[in-house]
Amino acid sequence: MYVAVKGGERAIGAAHEWLAEERRGDPAVPELSVSQIREQLALAVNRVMAEGSLYDPDLAALAIKQARGDLIEAVFLIRAYRTTLPRFGASEPVETAAMVPDRRISATFKDVPGGQILGPTFDYTHRLLDFKLMAEGEAPQARRAAPRDEPCPHVLSLLDRDGLMEPQAPGEATPPDLTREPLEMPAGRPLRLQALTRGDEGFVLSMAYSTQRGYGRTHAFVGELRIGRVPVEMEIPELGFAVEIGAVELTECETVNQFTGSKSEPPQFTRGYGLVFGQSERKAISMSLVDRALRWEELGEENTGAPAQDAEFVLYHCDNIQATGFLEHIKLPHYVDFQSELELIRRLRAEAMGEREAAE
Amino acid sequence: MTNPLSPDQAARRDRMGLLARAEAAALAALMPPAPAHRMLRAPEVGAVMVRGRAGATGAPFNLGEMSVTRCSVRLETGEVGHAYVQGRDKDHARNAALIDALAQRPEGAEIARTVLRPLAEAEAARARIRAEKAAATRVKFFTLVRGEDQ
Repeated sequence: MYVAVKGGERAIGAAHEWLAEERRGDPAVPELSVSQIREQLALAVNRVMAEGSLYDPDLAALAIKQARGDLIEAVFLIRAYRTTLPRFGASEPVETAAMVPDRRISATFKDVPGGQILGPTFDYTHRLLDFKLMAEGEAPQARRAAPRDEPCPHVLSLLDRDGLMEPQAPGEATPPDLTREPLEMPAGRPLRLQALTRGDEGFVLSMAYSTQRGYGRTHAFVGELRIGRVPVEMEIPELGFAVEIGAVELTECETVNQFTGSKSEPPQFTRGYGLVFGQSERKAISMSLVDRALRWEELGEENTGAPAQDAEFVLYHCDNIQATGFLEHIKLPHYVDFQSELELIRRLRAEAMGEREAAE
Repeated sequence: MTNPLSPDQAARRDRMGLLARAEAAALAALMPPAPAHRMLRAPEVGAVMVRGRAGATGAPFNLGEMSVTRCSVRLETGEVGHAYVQGRDKDHARNAALIDALAQRPEGAEIARTVLRPLAEAEAARARIRAEKAAATRVKFFTLVRGEDQ
């Protein structure tokens, strides 16, 4: 229960002033600009855009600065901002097959049309601290080579062609939108994918990891991981045809999973899918594993009771803003609630003491 | 959406896409003096829900929003220009709408030469540099038994 309490205004004002001073840190150290955050902490910016569910690198960088680097607080700021924007419409579904990838790897086939492209990856680094970065140096320059202008089709489409892959039902239905309608069970795959792509990276990672360790095992291989920019097209109401309105960087992961078959389906491979704003590789792989685990019912698999198979558990707990809101509200004044608890405990103790005395 | 676009519509689609993807500062630097016009819709910041497809080719789902600024202008000579551009830069949207309108006038070829072509070249150059960096990280596998790639 909540009651209006007055009297904290001066303290709150002073606390926020101090927050602003602490945010700035030592004034002898140059202030961080929003464009520096956008350019040099790009993966933090990507995470805030993905979980904030708004693609705008400048705003995400500003939110990170304002939140003093607390990324969940930054996501909160972006989620609050996006509610103030009028919705102009929805895009055509993005064509990730048309992406010219910065990175594109497959763990299932060595030779794939378009090749394996490592891109700007942390993979194969030794994870040793690089003390050269503590000194200012010249801007590094990447090597270049002549690109081969060849198409880069989805790796899974190759398996598709051979009939070894579960067929993918195309659809044009307007997907449900959990930013407009409350998330309700049962949730179809489009709604699950929306919840997962904006879900907390740590939570989705842990759920995916649990499936690898045996809780709802799905034997996933990364069929393909690709990162790059894709154009976004929207039908313009004034014109009646679709026009590109910009481009977004995306990370896409398609997993190939073993499937022993069911009453109606022969043994074949099945799919898990991850698609996330920005360069967000860990999140995209995690999302595809969790997506696949949640598909147990439609594939006629056994529910082993694993957490990652429980759509209600996963989807209602993956949003870090909902989680933070409910978790942190318990630090706010609960004086009246607690007063009643206190009275209850005192009464129970008095009764218990009275019984003991009577027994002696 | 099922009807093929007329050549004018296709040109407009390409032009509006190019203007939306262009860097705001690059467009501003190429702008001719603004013609007499009035705003049909002053630059307005909003959001567009970006959609993907389950498994890249299946049912659509909502991926997340992107910020977009839109603007519509009418030139004194009657042409109407529209813009929907990514981000929150109102000047970018206004400039894009003006170019969309100017390109419909008899001097449209001049606009194509002085504004659209340099923007397209800059975009192609940016894409080329990224593709070259990506190509340098392409893996050339070889086996110990027989060389397959070179």
